[in-house]
Amino acid sequence: MKIMVCPLNGPRPVTEFAYGGEIRVSPDPDTCSDAEWSGYVFNRSGAPGVKYEWWCHIASGYWFVALRDTVRDAVIATYSAEAVRSGLPPAEIASSPAGAAPQGAAGSLPGAGGPS
Amino acid sequence: MPHRLLRFGLSRKHPEPRMFTRHDTLKAAYDVVIIGAGGHGLAAAYYLARDHGIRNVAVLEKGYLGGGNTGRNTTIIRSNYLTPEGVKFYDESLRLWQDLAVDFDLNLFYSARGHYTLAHTDAAMRTMRWRAEVNKHYGVRSEAVDAAFVKRAIPSIDMSCGGHAPILGALFHEPGAIARHDAVAWGYGRGADRRGVEIHQQTEVTGIRLQGGRVAAVETTRGSVATSTVLCAVAGFTPRILGMVGLQTPIYVHPLQAMVSEPVKPWLDPIIVSGSLHVYVSQTARGELVMGASLDPYELHATRPTLDFVEGLASHMLDMFPFLSEVKVNRQWAGLADMTPDFAPIMGVTPVEGFFLDAGWGTWGFKATPVCGKTMSHTVATGRNHPLIEGFTFDRFASYRLTGEKGAASVGH
Repeated sequence: MKIMVCPLNGPRPVTEFAYGGEIRVSPDPDTCSDAEWSGYVFNRSGAPGVKYEWWCHIASGYWFVALRDTVRDAVIATYSAEAVRSGLPPAEIASSPAGAAPQGAAGSLPGAGGPS
Repeated sequence: MPHRLLRFGLSRKHPEPRMFTRHDTLKAAYDVVIIGAGGHGLAAAYYLARDHGIRNVAVLEKGYLGGGNTGRNTTIIRSNYLTPEGVKFYDESLRLWQDLAVDFDLNLFYSARGHYTLAHTDAAMRTMRWRAEVNKHYGVRSEAVDAAFVKRAIPSIDMSCGGHAPILGALFHEPGAIARHDAVAWGYGRGADRRGVEIHQQTEVTGIRLQGGRVAAVETTRGSVATSTVLCAVAGFTPRILGMVGLQTPIYVHPLQAMVSEPVKPWLDPIIVSGSLHVYVSQTARGELVMGASLDPYELHATRPTLDFVEGLASHMLDMFPFLSEVKVNRQWAGLADMTPDFAPIMGVTPVEGFFLDAGWGTWGFKATPVCGKTMSHTVATGRNHPLIEGFTFDRFASYRLTGEKGAASVGH
């Protein structure tokens, strides 16, 4: 059984978690064009890669962030939702052996700006 | 006679021609390059050559012919969809299926069984009546039937489904059928091959060169070929190919798993689907039960199967058919489903001139193979979308004109 490390509950079977999709940054609805907005609403980065995603631990209703490789189905790191506000490192850097935070590392993280 | 067999094997002359011609090299240029030698790609090649006289065509396949979702689906053919666009499109496909074996001179094991979509709640019954009325309006044979009708047709089913999901009725779709999926790819492939189309297996597309916003060449692992027209029919690999021409779509990829039991004597004639229990099952001519369930719950680009899937699906199978508890599962596998937000495909012309798309076939692509070939070959030959695919165009998302096909299988609605 696959195990995922929840920042709040520690290692739990992956069946206890719900996938919430890739983290995406909304354009400003007041200033963006119609094409930009419909692109944000519908388009997805469908190609495989290392992506930041929203996940929820269903039993505790706790939402958090996981960095996951969508080819190997491997969770590289998990972060509490607050980390999104303080800025997540770019997915490529966080997934490299040197930059990888341990699963469950929560709280403040270096690097500014949201995921690209 | 082993001696004669050996001589036959060593001889260079074989009385029986091979299914396909082997081409050692790619030509420098083709009129049309089709990426993906699955059912859809080969069907498009077949109709391009047969109906439109376009024969200088290459079908490029990174793996082997029919080895993607064509060989991984559960082979159910039906047209009992919900939207008028869907019903018309799939019904045309069902009509094409009828003469396909004669067209190919190949046994497709096409077997019309009748198709039951079970309803376990009042809300589901209401949807079944809705689908039946839409279907009948377009001349498709579908009927909302009651529990007694279902019990007569499938005497071995537990009508209470283990006591927690009693069957109230069903949508009965008489023309529902199954077919031998490999033969579909082989039939289209051989038909296209005999008309001059080149099929290149083990040839991966690594890039698409554009010139002034239109397609100029395709780069492959076996060299580059010049072409002005590319048709992309690659199921779960669509986003990667779209990245080569700089297009974005709503397509996201989840695996879809299936499994097959050991062969048992024939007892299940119709095809049974239950949306609430996430099961669809049919029995093949060999006696195996072919079973599928819902999509894997998160994005993944690998065809790994899981034990969770087998446990979940087996438990729902036993809700319906408790006597199967001793029957073993023989194999399980997964395919990559390219999903769209409205459960309808994305087909036809794209903003890149000369680049045509046949994608977003998620969990509903096999039954559409013939009509996709027909409509896409027409679209490629004329440069304009075929009227039957106007509900599935690339630009429908930008204008919020979604199709909302809720008759699709293995997806929650």
